[in-house]
Amino acid sequence: MGLGWLLWCIALLLGTSVAAAVGARHRPASTLVYGVCLGTSAVALVIAAASLIAGRALTGEVQLPLGLPWLGAHFRLDALAAFFLVVVNLGAATASLYGLGYGSHEEAPERVLPFFPAFLAGMNLVVLAHDAFTFLFTWEFMSLSSWALVMAHHRERGNAAAGYLYLLMASFGTLALLLAFGLLAGPAGGYAFSDIRLAAPSAAIGGVVLALTLIGAGSKAGIVPLHVWLPLAHPAAPSHVSALMSGVMTKVAVYGFVRIVFDLLGPPDWWWGAVVPLIGGITALMGVLYALMEHDLKRLLAYHTVENIGIIFIGLGLALAFRASGMQAAAALALTAALFHVFNHSLFKSLLFFGAGAVLSATGQRDMERLGGLIHRMPLTAFAFLIGSAAISALPPFNGFVSEWLTFQAILLSPSLPQFLLKFLVPAIGALLALSAVLAAACFVKAFGVSFLGRPRSDAARDATEADRWSIAAMFVLAVLCLVAGILPGYFIDALAPVAEALTGARLPQQNELDWLTIVPIAQSRSSYNGLLLFLFIALAALLAADAIHRWASAAIRRAPPWDCGFPDPSPMTQYTAGSFSQPIRRVFGAVLFRAREEVDMPRPGDTRAARLHVRLHDVLWDTFYVPTANAVQYAAQRLNKAQFLTIRAYLTLVFGALVVLLMVLAVWQ
Amino acid sequence: MDRLALDVAHLFAGSLVLVSFMLLYQDRMTGLINTFAMHALVVSFSVAWQAYIQLAPHLYITAAIALGVKAVVIPFALHRIVVRLGIHRTIEPVVGIGQTMLAGIGLVALSIMVMLPITAQAGTLAREDLAFALSVILLGLLMMVSRRNAVSQVIGFMSIENGLILAATGAKGMPLVVEISVAFSILIALIVIGIFLFRIRERFETVDIYVLHQHRGEQP
Repeated sequence: MGLGWLLWCIALLLGTSVAAAVGARHRPASTLVYGVCLGTSAVALVIAAASLIAGRALTGEVQLPLGLPWLGAHFRLDALAAFFLVVVNLGAATASLYGLGYGSHEEAPERVLPFFPAFLAGMNLVVLAHDAFTFLFTWEFMSLSSWALVMAHHRERGNAAAGYLYLLMASFGTLALLLAFGLLAGPAGGYAFSDIRLAAPSAAIGGVVLALTLIGAGSKAGIVPLHVWLPLAHPAAPSHVSALMSGVMTKVAVYGFVRIVFDLLGPPDWWWGAVVPLIGGITALMGVLYALMEHDLKRLLAYHTVENIGIIFIGLGLALAFRASGMQAAAALALTAALFHVFNHSLFKSLLFFGAGAVLSATGQRDMERLGGLIHRMPLTAFAFLIGSAAISALPPFNGFVSEWLTFQAILLSPSLPQFLLKFLVPAIGALLALSAVLAAACFVKAFGVSFLGRPRSDAARDATEADRWSIAAMFVLAVLCLVAGILPGYFIDALAPVAEALTGARLPQQNELDWLTIVPIAQSRSSYNGLLLFLFIALAALLAADAIHRWASAAIRRAPPWDCGFPDPSPMTQYTAGSFSQPIRRVFGAVLFRAREEVDMPRPGDTRAARLHVRLHDVLWDTFYVPTANAVQYAAQRLNKAQFLTIRAYLTLVFGALVVLLMVLAVWQ
Repeated sequence: MDRLALDVAHLFAGSLVLVSFMLLYQDRMTGLINTFAMHALVVSFSVAWQAYIQLAPHLYITAAIALGVKAVVIPFALHRIVVRLGIHRTIEPVVGIGQTMLAGIGLVALSIMVMLPITAQAGTLAREDLAFALSVILLGLLMMVSRRNAVSQVIGFMSIENGLILAATGAKGMPLVVEISVAFSILIALIVIGIFLFRIRERFETVDIYVLHQHRGEQP
C-alpha cells in the first residue's frame, strides 16, 4: 500500500514538472511548484518513515508494464529503500520550503521550475527501482535533470564548463554501473534484482563488480579522485538545488553502492574491507584539505561533502571487512554508523547550503574574503549556520558527533579482525578520520568566523538584510533536527536496525529502553554516549558562565586607547582573512599535496607600490589523473580522425576484419 | 533415403562454396558474371532440394525466384551494363590469386570451427549447411574487399545474399515472405547500383572506385 502511494507521489511530481514546463513564466508558478513539491515530499516522507518504523507491514513490490517489454519496471519498498526515501524526501521537503522564499528572486524561473520536481522524482525512483534497467534509467534521469539545474545560470562564468565536466563524469559513472549490472546479471541476463540476488558471481567477477560500482556510484558520490566535478557543479546550481545535490543526491549514490555491494553482490571478500575504507579515508582527508584551501563559501561546502562521503565510505568499508570475517554485530555497528552519517550529513549539509544561499542572495557574494560581520545583519541565518557548522565539525551534542563516534567505535573493534593487514590498516584509517574531523572543525571556524564575525569586508556585506521567513523556517527545521538527532540518537539507531539486519544479518542492541537515553553500541563496559546529559551539561555550564560574567564582571564603562596590536588601522582590510586562517595548514600540507609556492614580490627601494605575496596552488590529483586522460583522448581523437577519410574499400576491409576477428575469438573461446 | 538426402544437400552446399572460390579468381567481367550465374543456379538447386526433402512447397517458389532473377535476369542485366560501359573486354588485375585463395581457405576453416561446436544441438542438416553458408558469406566479403571494380563488388555483394539464402533454407520454417522481400531488395539494390555505375561513369569516365576516392570533396 505504501509503495502505491509513493508511486502516485512520484507521478504527481512528474506531472508538476510537465506543467511547470508549460507555465513557468507565469507569476505564481514558483510558489505553486514549490508548494506542490513540499506537500508531495512531506507525504512521501511520512510514508517512508512509517514503513521504516513499522517494519514489514508497509513494504511491498510492484511490477509496472513500463520500460523493456520482457522485463517491465520493478519497484520495491524495503527497509533500505525506506531509509533512503526518508533522507531524500526530508531533503526535498526542506529544499522546497526554502525554495518558496528563495525561488522568488530567481531571474529565470523557467530554467529551474520544470527540472526541480523532475529531479526529486528521479531521486525517489532510483531508490525504489528494483531491476537494473529501471535503476540505470532513473539514475540517468536524475543525473540529467540535475545537470539541467546546474546549467540554470549557464551564462555565469565557469558554469558551462562545470556542467560539461558533470555530464562527462555522470556518463562515465553510468557506463561503469551498466557494466557492473551486466556482470551481475551474467550470461542468463536476469536483470531483475530478485534474479541477480539468486545468482552467485565468482570471486573474480565480484571484485570487478566492486571496482565498477566504486567508480560508478563513487563518481556520483564524489570519492577521490573522481570528485573533481562535484565542487564545480554543486555550487553552480541555485542554492536549494546545491543543497539537494550535495545533501541528497550524493546519498542516492551511496544507496546505489550499498544496494549493489551489500545486497546484490553476495558475501564479500576480506580485501574489499581494506580497499573501501582506505579510499574513504583518503577521500575524507583530501576533501577537507581542499575545503581549507577554498575561500568560496559554496565550494567549501561542496568539498566538505567529499569529506563526509569519505567518512561514510569508511563505515561501509568496515562493515564489509567485518562481514567478510563473520563478525555480524560489528558489521551492523559499522553499517549503522555509515547510514546514520548519511542521514546526519543530509541534514547539516542542506542546512549549510541554505545558509550559504541566504548569504548569497543577501550580498551577491560567495567569496568569503568579501563577507564578514553578517551576524549583525542576519542573526537568524548566522545562528542556524553556526549550528550546522558545529554539527558538521562533529561537536557534541549535535548529530555529526554521534555518527562519527559510532564509526570510531567500529574502528576500535578492528583488532579482533583475523587479517593482519586490516589489523594495521584500520587504525591508520582511524587516524585519517580523526585528522579530517579536526581539520573540518578548523575549516568551519574559518567559514563561520570570516563570513559572519568581524567587520564587513565589502559594501554588499555591510548592507545585507536577513533572509525571508520561508528560508529561515527551512533552516531552523533542519537545525532542530540536527539537535534532536544528536541528543536522541537511540531512536534513530533503532529505526536503522531493520536495515542493518537485512544487510548484515545482525542488529545493534535495542537502544531506546536504556536509561537516560544513553546509547550503548556494543556493551556497557566498553563505551556509551549520552547526548542528553552532555547537552544539559553544556547548556548548564554555558548558562552558569554567562550568568557569572554578567553578575560579577564589572559593568562600568571604561574609556581607553584601543588595543592596537590587532587593529591599529580601522579599515576592515586589516582583519584576519580566510587566507590568513588557512595559511598554517597550507604550510604543513600544501608543499606536498598542492605543490604550493609562495612568492614575495618586493618593490625596489624607492618604489612606493605595495609588496605582494603570491600563492600558487596546483591540484595534484587533477594534474595526475585528468590532464593525462584529456591529453590521451585528444591524441587518440587526432589519430582516429584519419578514419573519417578512408576509401570505401578500406571501410569494407575494416568491417570484414572485425567480423573475422570476432569469429576467431568465438572459435578460440569455445 | 535419409542418407542420400543429406549427401545431396551437402553436395549442393559444398558446390556453392566451390563456385564462390571460382568467383574469387575471375579476372574478366564476362567470366565473372557467368560464374555468378552459376552461383545462383547452384543456390536454386540447393533450395529446390531442401523444398523436396523438407516437404516445404513454398521453398520451390524461392528456388524459382533464385533461378529466374539471379541466374537469368541479373546476369543478363549485368552483361548489358558491362557492354554499355565498355568494360567487357577489360582485365581486372586481381592481386595475388594465391594469397586470396589461401585466405579463402582460412575463412572456410574458420567458419567450420565456429559453426560446428555452437550448433551441436541443431540437426545435422542445419549444422553443415550453416557452416557452408557462413563460408559463402565470408568469401563474398573477401571478394568485395579484394576487388576494385564496382561491378565485381556488386557481384560479391550478391553472392553474400546467396549465402544468406542457403543459411535460411537450411533452417526449417523460414517464411516465404522473408525470402521474397530479400530477393526483391536485392533487385532494387541492383537497379540502384546500376544507375550509380552509370552516373559514376558519366562523371569520372571509369568505374574504378580508387579513382572515385580521389575526387571526394571532403579530403582532410
